[in-house]
Amino acid sequence: MKSAFWLAGAAVLALANPAVAADSIKIGFVSTFSGPTAVIGNDMRNSFELALDHLGRKMGGLPVEVIYEDDQQKPDVGKQKVEKLVQSDKVDFIAGFIWSNVLLASLKTAVDSKTFLISANAGPSQLAGDLCSPYVFSTSWQNDQTPAAMGLYMNQKGVKSVFLIGPNYAAGKDMLAGVKSTFKGEVVGEEYTVWPSQLDFSAELSKAKASKAESIFVFYPGAAGVQFLNQYAQAGIKQQIPLYTAFTIDELSLPLQKDNAIGVPGAQEWVNDLPNEENKRYVADYRKKYTGLRPTYYGAQAYDAAQLINSAVVAVKGDTSKKDEMKAEMEKANFKSLRGPFKYGNNHLPIQNFYLQDVVKDADGALALKTVATIVKDDQDRFHDKCPMK
Amino acid sequence: MTASLNARNVAAALIVAGLLLLPLYAQLSGNMFVLTLFTRIVIFALAAVSLNLIMGYGGMMSFGHAAYLGIGGYAVGILAAEGIGSGFVQWPVALVTSALFALVIGALSLRTRGVYFIMITLAFAQMAYYVAAGLARYGGDDGLTIYKRSDFAGLINLSGRVQFYYLCTGCLFGGIYLVWRIVNSRFGLVVQGLRSNEQRMQAIGFPATRYRLVCFVIAGTMCGLAGALLANNTDFVSPAVMYWTRSGDLMVMVILGGMGSLFGPVVGAIVYLLLEELLSQVTEYWALIMGPLLLLIVLFGRGGIMGLLGRLHRG
Amino acid sequence: MLLVVEQFLNGLQLGLLLFLLAAGLTLVFGIMDLVNLAHGSLYMMGAYFAATFVAWTGSFLGGIALALGATLLLGIVLEFVALRHLYGRDHLDHVLATFGLILFFNDAVRLIWGPAGLALPLPPWLTVPIQIVPGVFYPAYRLAIIVVALAVALMLYLVVMRTRLGMLIRAGASNREMIGALGINIKLLYTLVFGLGAALAGLAGLMQAPILTVQIGMGENILILAFVIIVIGGIGSIRGAFVASILVGMIDTLGRAFLPDLLRKILSSAAASTAAPALSSMLIYLLMAIVLVVRPEGLFPANRR
Repeated sequence: MKSAFWLAGAAVLALANPAVAADSIKIGFVSTFSGPTAVIGNDMRNSFELALDHLGRKMGGLPVEVIYEDDQQKPDVGKQKVEKLVQSDKVDFIAGFIWSNVLLASLKTAVDSKTFLISANAGPSQLAGDLCSPYVFSTSWQNDQTPAAMGLYMNQKGVKSVFLIGPNYAAGKDMLAGVKSTFKGEVVGEEYTVWPSQLDFSAELSKAKASKAESIFVFYPGAAGVQFLNQYAQAGIKQQIPLYTAFTIDELSLPLQKDNAIGVPGAQEWVNDLPNEENKRYVADYRKKYTGLRPTYYGAQAYDAAQLINSAVVAVKGDTSKKDEMKAEMEKANFKSLRGPFKYGNNHLPIQNFYLQDVVKDADGALALKTVATIVKDDQDRFHDKCPMK
Repeated sequence: MTASLNARNVAAALIVAGLLLLPLYAQLSGNMFVLTLFTRIVIFALAAVSLNLIMGYGGMMSFGHAAYLGIGGYAVGILAAEGIGSGFVQWPVALVTSALFALVIGALSLRTRGVYFIMITLAFAQMAYYVAAGLARYGGDDGLTIYKRSDFAGLINLSGRVQFYYLCTGCLFGGIYLVWRIVNSRFGLVVQGLRSNEQRMQAIGFPATRYRLVCFVIAGTMCGLAGALLANNTDFVSPAVMYWTRSGDLMVMVILGGMGSLFGPVVGAIVYLLLEELLSQVTEYWALIMGPLLLLIVLFGRGGIMGLLGRLHRG
Repeated sequence: MLLVVEQFLNGLQLGLLLFLLAAGLTLVFGIMDLVNLAHGSLYMMGAYFAATFVAWTGSFLGGIALALGATLLLGIVLEFVALRHLYGRDHLDHVLATFGLILFFNDAVRLIWGPAGLALPLPPWLTVPIQIVPGVFYPAYRLAIIVVALAVALMLYLVVMRTRLGMLIRAGASNREMIGALGINIKLLYTLVFGLGAALAGLAGLMQAPILTVQIGMGENILILAFVIIVIGGIGSIRGAFVASILVGMIDTLGRAFLPDLLRKILSSAAASTAAPALSSMLIYLLMAIVLVVRPEGLFPANRR
């Protein structure tokens, strides 16, 4: 009965650790910890852990227990992990979520069980609009906001025409739509590439070059961003047509993009050199604790998620059954965010500034991101009207 | 297939009893997640059982079987999104669409043999994947959330965890029973005969392709049912369920458990999904253990786990 | 018109790169009858070795030479330790076992090199665009890929058609039992062929590395393409693999380049830009399905009896 049953028995026993209602705050953290994008999940976990260190690993006087779950970048796996966190571990909060599709698949489980869910990255338009929920908060943005800010910056620079390239999935379409919502010049071409399998952009780059556009805008997160920039530079287009980006250059991709990224601007709500005290401490402690690594906006958003949760727990003095009071407290955004103060909109998404970042060589000669200007102040997503919450 | 008391039959009986009693255990221990986990396992087991029908008995190595999971799921999801919530409409549509898809790709694919068959089924599944990813109205690549599970007019409530679990288990047992009946029927014997010696069967006068095609369509329809169940279980359907790695997972379950044995795919699904769940709790590097484990099973455990159990009895 | 020339070159370059991967796969498949899903892992290892050795030696060409040797060695070790025991087994056993190897390699790489991936920067002499016809500039490195891949294809042709090893390889592809019966050391031949296939995969991986990044799982999507190619070309046929590679490379690139504009003439602009990527990524699968429906053993069946 051998292997199969022995295993099944062991499995059932292992899963049957009914949650003891001990006096602790339980947080589930769902992100990607395996596969090529594990590097993002690791950064989020590092930052979440650092936030807990800064909080003395206690919230409202109670010890904090975090359960990290790997969604493998698959919506159905993510959903299953959220079910486990809700039903088996009986957590008070769930945070994390890199990918829009994983978040959308998991949303219903969390909301139905009235467990607070904090998205520390994913920002699909549905979340801001008709799927908004009293139990869901975001410490990031809505997908359109960042590229929309880039479109504004391109207007400020007097760019007359643009060629858009992005991956063919919801976030990619959101991004290109975001630029178009604010850019006043002419869109001479719009290309969608197959996601995530297409990594060679030679056909698209050739078309962009032939279109005689004055600029190119791209959105390629993670490794695809490295590939795009490499090919853009190798094709010799860098000297001819300037590139504008959203979520394409960050501290994770920069060591691979190297000099190809110099002088390519991006928009972001957080940059590592924002001058507030919390941010300085975060960046310094992160680099001390995790030698050789630099924090990214993914990490900063995860750090803020921990602080947001803490603010709610402190407000109810650790009694996490008082959901309404915790919700009311979180709506105030009453914590020191790494990006500086922000407000929550009716849909629980931040109303916040967006900055222009550029790539420069820092004091150690390493490539780093630097804030150049504030593109837009107190920007709110354009879907909040669709959210029934007032 | 005589019902003697050997290790394989004991294993099958234990599986049936274990699956039937699981909700009791979940209630007693207060850990409902076990039930959630096993609902998923049972659904994948049904898909694996259907794949085993063509792969294990019919010798048709389909590398695109996950396509039906998606087709069944999208039938439910799209109808739900368009406001048709009745399961009496959704489920028949899911089954018929899967059957039609199987009919068309089966008719084309069965012209090929061996590895070519593996690859052409993969090609069709990938096409289905890209079609789903292009359905912008239904979420495209990001998938489609299903806000309300299929409604069976009060007959059964799919949102009740125990009820839904028993529905899935019932479907699984029904599927196994159907496969058992098919395999032992004249039709099934012909299909199995075709696997071992096609020329002889054709010489006797059996139209090989037609027999295979019927078998292929039955398996596709059964997997479409699994797709409808899966969509209801996850309240969500996305192109990812059709990706080729998912088809690979299903194949692994069948081979792991034991191809061409009635309960093999069920054992395979249980072991594969539990291992994944447990190893991923123990270490992030679960694949480092899972990978060589698969290799070892192939090298030393011919016929999968059920094969091992069978030899245990003899040896 | 100049755009067409450029896209044509893009398609040729992709096709030739795919050929390197497909050639090894079709050799192993045709001769040992082994379905090796881990071929993509060897492609990945080639890229990782190259990135490591180039950084270590400081020389681009030196690092690449070392990486090629290392992949060859890895291929031989892999054949000796694991795959050798799979010959003569069912194809499904191959699929399961080599699927396990993919899982293993991916996590082993993550353990050794970390999850972040590596960069393989090009030396300056390969980063300048070159003018090939007046008005058309093409990246020097992509031209280099075309040249190297064509040279390898020619060499492979000469080895297979003009040498004793090649004769054995051809014999093995059409009748496996016979060359064993003729007293050829078949074990050694198999190991050699597998090593050669591994080195070709490694070469494809390290040549692709500067264009893409070196990352975990990079072999999986391209592996499926390689399988599509050898099936279209006919398993075991190098000539078939070559023709099918160019065909797939061209259709994939030209489809992506011109299909959206074509669709825009028929459909509305919005519908066209969402439908085009789905349709163009489907093209190669459509091609494979059509080829197999018309010719169930591919374009150039190797073992015709």
